[in-house]
Amino acid sequence: MSTIKPYLRLAGLEPLIVRPETNFVNVGERTNVTGSKKFARLIRENKFEEALSVARQQVESGAQILDVNMDDAMLDGKEAMVTYLNLLQSEPDIARIPIMIDSSKFEIIEAGLKCVQGKCIVNSISMKEGEEKFIRQAQICKDFGAAVIVMAFDEDGQADTLERRVSISKRAYEILTKQVGFDPEDIIFDLNIFAIATGLEEHNNYGVDFIEATRIIKQSYPLVKISGGVSNLSFSFRGNDTVREAMHSVFLYHAIKVGMDMGIVNAGQLMIYDNIDSTLRDLCEDVILNRNNDNNEATEKLISFAETVKGKAKEEKKDEAWRSESVEERLAHALVHGITEFIEADTEEARQKYPRPLEVIEGPLMSGMNIVGDLFGAGKMFLPQVVKSARVMKKSVAVLTPFIEAEKEERKQAHLAAGTVNEEGAGAAKILMATVKGDVHDIGKNIVGVVLGCNGYDIIDLGVMVPADKILDAAQKENVDIIGLSGLITPSLDEMVHIAKEMTRRGMKQPLLIGGATTSRIHTAVKIAPGYEHGVVHVLDASRSVTVAGSLLNKETKTDYLKEVKSEYAAIKEKYENKVPVKSYLPYNEARQNKVKIDWDSYQPVKPTFNGSKVFADYDLNDLRKYIDWKPFFIAWEMHGNFPEILTDKVVGVEATKLYNDANALLDKIIAEKWLTAKGSIGFWEASSEEDSVWVKSSDKETIRLEFLRQQIKKAPGQPNLSLADFIKPASLNPSKGGTLNVDNLESAHNHETSSSIPPLGGGGASDYLGAFAVTIHGIEPYIKAFESAHDDYNKIMLQAIADRLAEAFAECLHERVRKEYWGYAQYEQFSNEELIKEIYQGIRPAPGYPACPEHTEKYKLFKLLNATETVQISLTESLAMYPASSVCGWYISHPQSHYFGIGKIGEDQLADYAQRKGISRDEAEKWLRQNME
Amino acid sequence: MSIRKELEKRILVIDGAMGTMIQRHKLEEADYRGDRFKDWPSDVKGNNDLLCITQPRIIIDIHKKYLEAGADIIETNTFSSTTIAMADYDMQSLAYELNVAAAKCARQAIDEFKVAHPDTLNKYVAGSIGPLNKTLSLSPDVNNPGYRALTFDEAATAYKEQVSGLVDGGVDVILIETIFDTLNAKAAIYAVKNYFRETGKEELPIMISGTITDASGRTLSGQTLEAFYVSIAHARPLSVGLNCALGAQDMRSHIEELSEIAACYTSAYPNAGLPNAMGEYDEQPHETAHFIEEWAKEGFVNIVGGCCGTTPEHIKHIADNVRNITPRKLPELETSL
Repeated sequence: MSTIKPYLRLAGLEPLIVRPETNFVNVGERTNVTGSKKFARLIRENKFEEALSVARQQVESGAQILDVNMDDAMLDGKEAMVTYLNLLQSEPDIARIPIMIDSSKFEIIEAGLKCVQGKCIVNSISMKEGEEKFIRQAQICKDFGAAVIVMAFDEDGQADTLERRVSISKRAYEILTKQVGFDPEDIIFDLNIFAIATGLEEHNNYGVDFIEATRIIKQSYPLVKISGGVSNLSFSFRGNDTVREAMHSVFLYHAIKVGMDMGIVNAGQLMIYDNIDSTLRDLCEDVILNRNNDNNEATEKLISFAETVKGKAKEEKKDEAWRSESVEERLAHALVHGITEFIEADTEEARQKYPRPLEVIEGPLMSGMNIVGDLFGAGKMFLPQVVKSARVMKKSVAVLTPFIEAEKEERKQAHLAAGTVNEEGAGAAKILMATVKGDVHDIGKNIVGVVLGCNGYDIIDLGVMVPADKILDAAQKENVDIIGLSGLITPSLDEMVHIAKEMTRRGMKQPLLIGGATTSRIHTAVKIAPGYEHGVVHVLDASRSVTVAGSLLNKETKTDYLKEVKSEYAAIKEKYENKVPVKSYLPYNEARQNKVKIDWDSYQPVKPTFNGSKVFADYDLNDLRKYIDWKPFFIAWEMHGNFPEILTDKVVGVEATKLYNDANALLDKIIAEKWLTAKGSIGFWEASSEEDSVWVKSSDKETIRLEFLRQQIKKAPGQPNLSLADFIKPASLNPSKGGTLNVDNLESAHNHETSSSIPPLGGGGASDYLGAFAVTIHGIEPYIKAFESAHDDYNKIMLQAIADRLAEAFAECLHERVRKEYWGYAQYEQFSNEELIKEIYQGIRPAPGYPACPEHTEKYKLFKLLNATETVQISLTESLAMYPASSVCGWYISHPQSHYFGIGKIGEDQLADYAQRKGISRDEAEKWLRQNME
Repeated sequence: MSIRKELEKRILVIDGAMGTMIQRHKLEEADYRGDRFKDWPSDVKGNNDLLCITQPRIIIDIHKKYLEAGADIIETNTFSSTTIAMADYDMQSLAYELNVAAAKCARQAIDEFKVAHPDTLNKYVAGSIGPLNKTLSLSPDVNNPGYRALTFDEAATAYKEQVSGLVDGGVDVILIETIFDTLNAKAAIYAVKNYFRETGKEELPIMISGTITDASGRTLSGQTLEAFYVSIAHARPLSVGLNCALGAQDMRSHIEELSEIAACYTSAYPNAGLPNAMGEYDEQPHETAHFIEEWAKEGFVNIVGGCCGTTPEHIKHIADNVRNITPRKLPELETSL
């Protein structure tokens, strides 16, 4: 039976579930007229649309809930709340997070609750005016399904001691849960954060009291949440952001430890505790914890320290000379150097300078991007820099878009009024991109999209797992100029062939670009291009995509270019089809005779320490970090070379180092803030081989037969035709086939002593084992979305690439532990990460779908054995891609002679045998093994 | 036996489309008007809810067809019986009466059915509350995104009147269905809770059924399925589920997700596939039933049935296919983290 935990659950357009591991929820505070002068001014001047940008900035800098407050004597607070919330609801990138409706007037809160479809937090209610009113207000909040913040406030005033904080909270808890029927998890206590270090001794213990009250209340009522307005704490250091931010961080560090769950903060303005200057940190600690503070001693010390850092903090040495150039120069500089800091102000300045907002794009922005394009083309800039430039461009365009839209609308109205025809619409060329159905990988596609976007094309990205119909419908509806398809796993190739044929059936005319790790020029020429006559081009990498798109979109070059590609592909196809195989192949029967020779009699299989599977629900990312293989990371960014040599490479070294540093900084953040969760499962079972099949006795005593393939190419004398099945001891060598498989019950997984005390069985009789693993990195989606809405492709791609690396690192790390500990057949191995990457250890972990066992559907059996869909939450698409995309799975084989190899091409005889073994039709088998057929 | 007890034991079947069945009668303006509204100033053809007053026999017989097919829950013909939706026919003043009449038609159908089948299982009337023809979260004017054509209070008042009619007419359950905009549903929940609190009557169970409008997996008002569930969970519903817009094939992943997150029973009554070019539904009864049977076997659902385009034939197939399948078990609600 499934279970549901009593988490605080909130919702905007998307849910926010506050779990114990959520750590700390940031509530964005700037959309508050009492806290932000800018916001107050915009609201007072009725500039509501502009005030939305404040909310957007909070979301982009990481606010998970948005606090909205309109309590200003100069305003009709109710009307302002309703107007602003209604507008917010129509901005999906803001409305995705839950709203905290903040007012001291309950009528404003009630009006706000009537505008929001999601589950809100009400901030706040209290017993200030007695129980009756408190109950009535709580009932109304409950009718709207809102969670409530209860201020520690009663008829006698605001709680300023430990005892009153606790007793008021307890009283409110009893009333809310027993009389109103509130769920405890929907109750949030605001325990009053007051200013400390004010010079008045009675204020010195406020911090300690808050922290202590938090601890006590969480102990009595573990389901409730604790919140507070953090900025109050440092009120006496107004104007000194260095000290204030340090105080906030130190305070939160201690309060979160005892159970504080959320706080109203300026999202994006918190220091990392460990990064605070240690002198300052100690001083803050003394003041907050009220230590060494007789006669305000600690306070005095912090005040004198504050004098020394005043105004100094933020003045990092930067070369600011470019800031005094013309606005065009500044925009170009920002684009080339990827600096977002001033882009909004500079764009605005340019907008006012140019007669039309569109001219800013067509003029200075495009010429800046042309410089970027030229430098990239000349190899003087590298992909990570280009992606940063694109981020600047996107942010700038986002500033201009509303003005361009407004202008368009004006012209449309003018045309309507005058009865004339609007002839707009001839804009940039449109390129539609998608990762095909069944495939979830999109780093490469994102990079190509960014690079093409930088070159002035309008990119429509449909994302991953997109069915053919959706791609082609969108292409026709949007009347795009080019369609680009991407895929990483082999079944995606078939889908691309299908799409090309569909384009013919629909009578489409757009050129089709093919890209992605599994695609190739030869496959494109032989299989895809014949299905569609209006141009199919394979694009090797992002930097080539620009020239290809350019040639295709230029009317003068298009025909010639396509003709050239066509004849080139025709030649490849002809050559391929007429190729007399230079390699010769053995009949399958003969290949089977030539298996790996292993002296099983003198081999003693090592028994794993448990039978069945073991799940790692949340593996420490810190531990995985040291297993990262950085080389593929750089390849993802199209920087080729060995690691760490690439960091000091003469040509790309400087940029590679920057990229590496950025990656590590993001990794720090991912780990510190727990963005991602590493889940994995490993398992071992008794196994024996029979020809090219392997019998595995699963934990529920069911026998599962795995099917492997065998090389058929004719080998040099003495060289075997390999199959993975060769590395598992044949059943025929066990005393009675199957019968000896003595499957321990699952308990033995927890009882190492028993298992290892069983005496070793005699040579011929001991059974062999097979293992499997599946690992994945969860939790990337919200951050990808946040980066997308911040127009930050650089960090989006970075995050995807890091998640991929972590999944691979996880596989490497578990494999090592399996060898040394869980299976234990190589307990004393000692290898460096470099040596691990070079795979010099004993045993292998081949993955279904990859060269040694290229048939993807065996993954179903692997998933079944590990119960991986449930325990690690990886799902398989219809093409057997794993989702989350950052996932790895494979078999563990331990025999010392086992090694990696590729199956290569197989014959019709093996195909027929394989189909029969799997109980599928020959055609079905061919579908999955097409890459291995001549 | 209470519906809650019944749900512990078996999967309940809810009826299929009302509109499709009414269409078969090819009614004309005069049929809709009946005697009572023969001089009504505006056209009323197409006001299907009005038939509960003017052609009650037709409505009762449709209900009976669904009962014969095996439906355990029949929905009142009140999808648009609110002052707000009735404004299209200038019939705002009839809202209360329509709901009472519709509930009585459904009760009458069950009474007649029980006479013919004395040993019948329990049958229930669900008072249908539709989504309104105006939304509270979306602006009808693209140039003025902050504008709303309706206020929360107006919606809640209209819903409360509908609830009072349904309760007075004798329904067993309140069904808030086809939810495009969660804020409309919240207004309905607010109305139901306040109605029962103010009248002091015992609160009837609430069923809630949202609508995922397209492949994005979101409601029309932009919420993900989980966000939708979180936003209506305070109703403490008897069941939460999905209906309309999608056929069973496209609804599967959503109902699977819902079955994992919902603390209450789950319901699903999809359309009979997607409409063809002529706007008609072609999915055959056994096809719909096949999809739904698979959900039942997977343990996704407690209440199943059909929406647009489904007929008594569809419901019969569905009922036959799920009859002996164990219903989804309610998840255990833990009380500690």
